[in-house]
Amino acid sequence: MLIADKGAARTASPPPSPPSDRQRRVRVLSFSQKLSRWDLKVSPFLYISPFFLLFAIVGLFPLIYTAVISFMDWDQIRQEGEFIGFDQYAWILSQPKFWIALRNTFSIFLLSSVPQLILALFIATMLDRHIRAKTFWRMSALLPYVVAPVAVGLIFNALYADNSGQINAWLTAIGIGPIPWHVEPFWSHVAISTMVNYRWTGYNALILLAAMQAIPRDYYEAARVDGAGVLRQFWSITLPSLKPTFIFVIITSTIGGLQVFEEPRMFDQYGQGGAASQWLTITLYLYNLGWSEWNFGRAAAMAWLLFLIILAIGLINLLVTQKLIGDAGGRGPTLTRAQRRQLARDQRDRRAQNKEGAR
Amino acid sequence: MTDLLKPHQAGGDATATIVAPKDRTGRPRRIRGYRPGFWVYGGLIAVLLASLFPLYFSFLIGSGDSSTLRDPNRSWIPGGNFFANAAAVVNDPSVNFWRALWNSIWTSTVIAVAVVMSSTIAGWAFAKLRFPGNKALLAFVIATMAVPQQLGVVPLYVLFAELGWTGKVGAVIVPMLASAFGVFWMTQYLRQAVPDELIEAARVDGASMIRTFWTVGMTAARPAAAMLFLFTFVQAWNNFFWPFIVLDRQDPTLPVALALLQSNHFVDYSIVLAGVVLATLPLLLLFVVAGRQLVSGIMAGAVKG
Repeated sequence: MLIADKGAARTASPPPSPPSDRQRRVRVLSFSQKLSRWDLKVSPFLYISPFFLLFAIVGLFPLIYTAVISFMDWDQIRQEGEFIGFDQYAWILSQPKFWIALRNTFSIFLLSSVPQLILALFIATMLDRHIRAKTFWRMSALLPYVVAPVAVGLIFNALYADNSGQINAWLTAIGIGPIPWHVEPFWSHVAISTMVNYRWTGYNALILLAAMQAIPRDYYEAARVDGAGVLRQFWSITLPSLKPTFIFVIITSTIGGLQVFEEPRMFDQYGQGGAASQWLTITLYLYNLGWSEWNFGRAAAMAWLLFLIILAIGLINLLVTQKLIGDAGGRGPTLTRAQRRQLARDQRDRRAQNKEGAR
Repeated sequence: MTDLLKPHQAGGDATATIVAPKDRTGRPRRIRGYRPGFWVYGGLIAVLLASLFPLYFSFLIGSGDSSTLRDPNRSWIPGGNFFANAAAVVNDPSVNFWRALWNSIWTSTVIAVAVVMSSTIAGWAFAKLRFPGNKALLAFVIATMAVPQQLGVVPLYVLFAELGWTGKVGAVIVPMLASAFGVFWMTQYLRQAVPDELIEAARVDGASMIRTFWTVGMTAARPAAAMLFLFTFVQAWNNFFWPFIVLDRQDPTLPVALALLQSNHFVDYSIVLAGVVLATLPLLLLFVVAGRQLVSGIMAGAVKG
């Protein structure tokens, strides 16, 4: 490959071919030229086709077919279904278990993503300083990312064991006493969130770190000249500059967090989400509907509900994040939409006037 | 880092006259923050310990006997039973450890190679070739990244059951061959890594499109392709939901085998956690070798402000 590359570079250097040669080419459209034109037109589609072909089979087809199956009473043995409309959806929405699963999923999602992002921000700030052996510390933060979620689940399951776990031993040692991790819904959510946080905090810290390093250092210098302290710099420069990355990280952790499966599944050896569904999540429920009860219609309806929830939460996240964190270049008070519109109108008018004046 | 050490590049304006304060060694003092002290290193050591502790704990329990987990006053020095416990994992006929290891290596490698190939060529087309629908199709690819895996599992299972593929590793490989993230990643990289002039030069020399891709695109894409390979490999290796659904208990991948281990040995956690250590070792080795690249990959892939 390297040799071919060099060859291409060498032949590229001589001056353009003499005119006689070029005229000859224009006159007759040779077969190889036709081939070349065809090549130019068709190649791009050829190149993207492997991805799109595969995606059509394993992405798009299932997406649509899930919708179809979700309207059916699916017969597992005959591999076909009977159309029953919205009954599966109605059935799911009428199940108390679904609402418990929804509550659990949200609870675990919030307990994992909020502390995770705050912690990741802290770690990123530390990594952003002039530390020695940077790569070593970055790698130490990323290490949990390569550990399989199932393995993480098993390890923390042992740590969180109600009677014999290390965490309860420590809690007893400092006088708090054991916590019923596998009994109380809230505590089981805390335990499961720790597993999620363990795996993803360092990953998110590195993404935030990358964004931090892209902030021009002059900003900080200017802020210091103006007398801003470390906290003020962090609040007024670092956070607003991280906004796009924050949105990205929040959206990805929403998509991941609402699908949480491995951790609750491994939290006990039965994988049913606890005796009273304390830590049953939506995906776990979906799995149990589909592959324990073998009811594919319900599982498919569940999948679509999950998708709609993710979509809704994603949009809400986007709006909230945009409201909460000011614009990177923004100064002064936050304006309402009407005020911003007025401002834009004024600017446009002024620009028009300037143009007139220049003329 | 280097740009921090030369604080005032000649700008020709008034600010250029301000001279940065020098420290004792005569170098300009760093602009942002001072040498981090105890708190920063303390915090980083805490992160390191938090990352390592669960792994060490699993080794600790995995090297003890069945009473180690129950004993709250256990010693923090590993016991001598690790190899016995590991042997129990490897020899457990219902878990099929070697088969699982082989399946994990095989599926992850095939998936990673295929994703790199299909993503590189599609990324090349999106980044460097003009064709109708270029932008819309790329937007579509990016949008699909938000679709959860669960949305497809029911029909995929039906499809593979129809084909008689359930229980075969092919059913694990095929759905992961298309990676929207991979296409996006390569597009982003190739867009800035290859100057258009280089492509034009190759075209003027009469290279066909595929030859241009092969000589110019593939060569330029190598660093990004290596990172995409690593990411896809780790992801495929750790994937659980779909393999757990579609694979036979007799022919699992490592995460599925681990799940089986827990349902078989949940009383004896030393065996389960010895299995965790065994199953985690391959990726830990990969991390030791390629962790640096993984780190820089994440840092490069992030959306920058």
